[in-house]
Amino acid sequence: MKAMVYRGPYRIRVEEKEQPSIEHPNDAIVRVTRAAICGSDLHLYHGMMPDTRVGMTFGHEFIGVVDEVGPSVRNLKPGDRVMVPFNIYCGSCFYCARGLYANCHNVNPNATAVGGIYGYSHTCGGYDGGQAEYVRVPFADVGPSLIPDWLDDEDAVMFTDALATGYFGAQLGEIAEGDVVVVFGAGPVGLFAAKSAWLMGAGRVIVIDHLDYRLAKAAEFAHAETYNFTEYGDIVVHLKKITEFLGADVAIDAVGAEADGSFVQQVTATKLKLQGGSPVALNWAIDSVRKGGTVSVLGAYGPMFSAVKFGDALNKGLTLRMNQCHVKRQWPRLFEHVRNGYLKPSDIVTHRVPLEHIAEGYHMFSAKLDGCIKPIIVPDGA
Amino acid sequence: MAYTPEKPKLTESSDELRSRIPGWGVDLDPRDRPSVPKEKFDPNLSGAHWTFPERQPERWPRERSVEHRFLTPVFGTSCPPKGISGVIRRHAYRRYSEGRAAHWLLLLAADRVDVAENRVQALLRGRPDNPITESGVLSEFKRHGVASRFGRKRADLSHQPIDVIINVAPWLVVGYVGYRAVRLVTTRRR
Ligand SMILES: [Zn+2]
Ligand SMILES: [Zn+2]
Repeated sequence: MKAMVYRGPYRIRVEEKEQPSIEHPNDAIVRVTRAAICGSDLHLYHGMMPDTRVGMTFGHEFIGVVDEVGPSVRNLKPGDRVMVPFNIYCGSCFYCARGLYANCHNVNPNATAVGGIYGYSHTCGGYDGGQAEYVRVPFADVGPSLIPDWLDDEDAVMFTDALATGYFGAQLGEIAEGDVVVVFGAGPVGLFAAKSAWLMGAGRVIVIDHLDYRLAKAAEFAHAETYNFTEYGDIVVHLKKITEFLGADVAIDAVGAEADGSFVQQVTATKLKLQGGSPVALNWAIDSVRKGGTVSVLGAYGPMFSAVKFGDALNKGLTLRMNQCHVKRQWPRLFEHVRNGYLKPSDIVTHRVPLEHIAEGYHMFSAKLDGCIKPIIVPDGA
Repeated sequence: MAYTPEKPKLTESSDELRSRIPGWGVDLDPRDRPSVPKEKFDPNLSGAHWTFPERQPERWPRERSVEHRFLTPVFGTSCPPKGISGVIRRHAYRRYSEGRAAHWLLLLAADRVDVAENRVQALLRGRPDNPITESGVLSEFKRHGVASRFGRKRADLSHQPIDVIINVAPWLVVGYVGYRAVRLVTTRRR
């Protein structure tokens, strides 16, 4: 089969790879029909995530058709059209039994601090991902769901991470009616977080980014009030000024490590790997939220330490909430919202790239060429 | 109004927002959100029909964090460790917990070694890496790469100058060391 293969930082090619096989009785093999490139794939692409091995296939956002199932699979059969959450999880461990699917203890031998994620380095279990023609899906009775007939493919791909994570981020903010919510980052997750904040009753939603085309999308798609931080000497002071010097009630970091920070941060984090990533957006979130407020962290951070302004968080009495999203827990409610017309997830998709040209897709997405917000990968046979 | 008790007035009331924004407030009740409560004990919810999953066969000594008691019942089988990078990786897993910086720094170092090993291997196998197609740089021409450099605050502009140094410097160093080595040998012969 054809698959995207990592060749080193900023290097990717499509290779002929052995088709995945059933390795556990509850595995399924899924023929991928749509995959997406995620902002957090860029951490792998830039070589920032420890134990990203040459030869690995990325891709944790994908949907497809079941091709083959293992002997203990009961809930799926070949031919089923499925969406697969990015979390790999067993459904039965201490964490899964409590709904913490992202924190499953039975699927990632390489680390205990993070669960299993498709195509996300050995730090997340060493599973190949869905930017390929076929993918192995462990615990097929637990993770995947049938795609409802009324949901189209591109909407379904958004459910597997970006939409669910954005909505989850708004939830972690514990938004109350009339709250001022500021979202850092107008990428897919930030856009969905901003949109979801309204569903939870926000009184004002502000989105901060450095790319005008993404801010334009935030204004149009998520009805947000937008500011380009490069136009302000100090975005934190600006946010204080527009909130009567109080600050936002809730701040959402939808950027993560490697926010395009200062030159110094670029060198210490991105290049010298002295930090787990430059936490610029997180520090802005801590600084610009009001005392007693809540900071919700959705952006991806690696396992290494980052220079986070913890003292300010302490002195301000902030609640910091964060996790990888337990994707499948969000789905029933999100289905309702799409059916009711409150959300149209595929509205943020800007590019469709054949699997064959995925290297160019990564470069375009990484460099933010051509107004790229969300690129979708289409395998040949799909 | 941070200096007086009231919350600042919003420009739009809840009713105005409800009429302007599709779905405003449908998830207003914090107790009725999908991840509330954060932890709810319900072992039958997920579709798992086991309390401990069957174990996937271990086809080679699978590296694992020392913070795990045993190899987890399911794991990924992509890219088993091999070569010098494999030695470094196995050492990082065997020796250091996830709490130690050495663990992660060794893994990152192994990643760089892995890249070098694979570059050489690909060359020997007759399928060398192609810096043009693999970097995706051709999309610069197809996706308005030049236009995106002007007035659009392109994301990678701030660090492009150092990228050049970081990418080229190691080759220059290797070249220089090689040159010195050759010189050393040839001058000694004379
Ligand atoms: Zn993702
Ligand atoms: Zn589990």
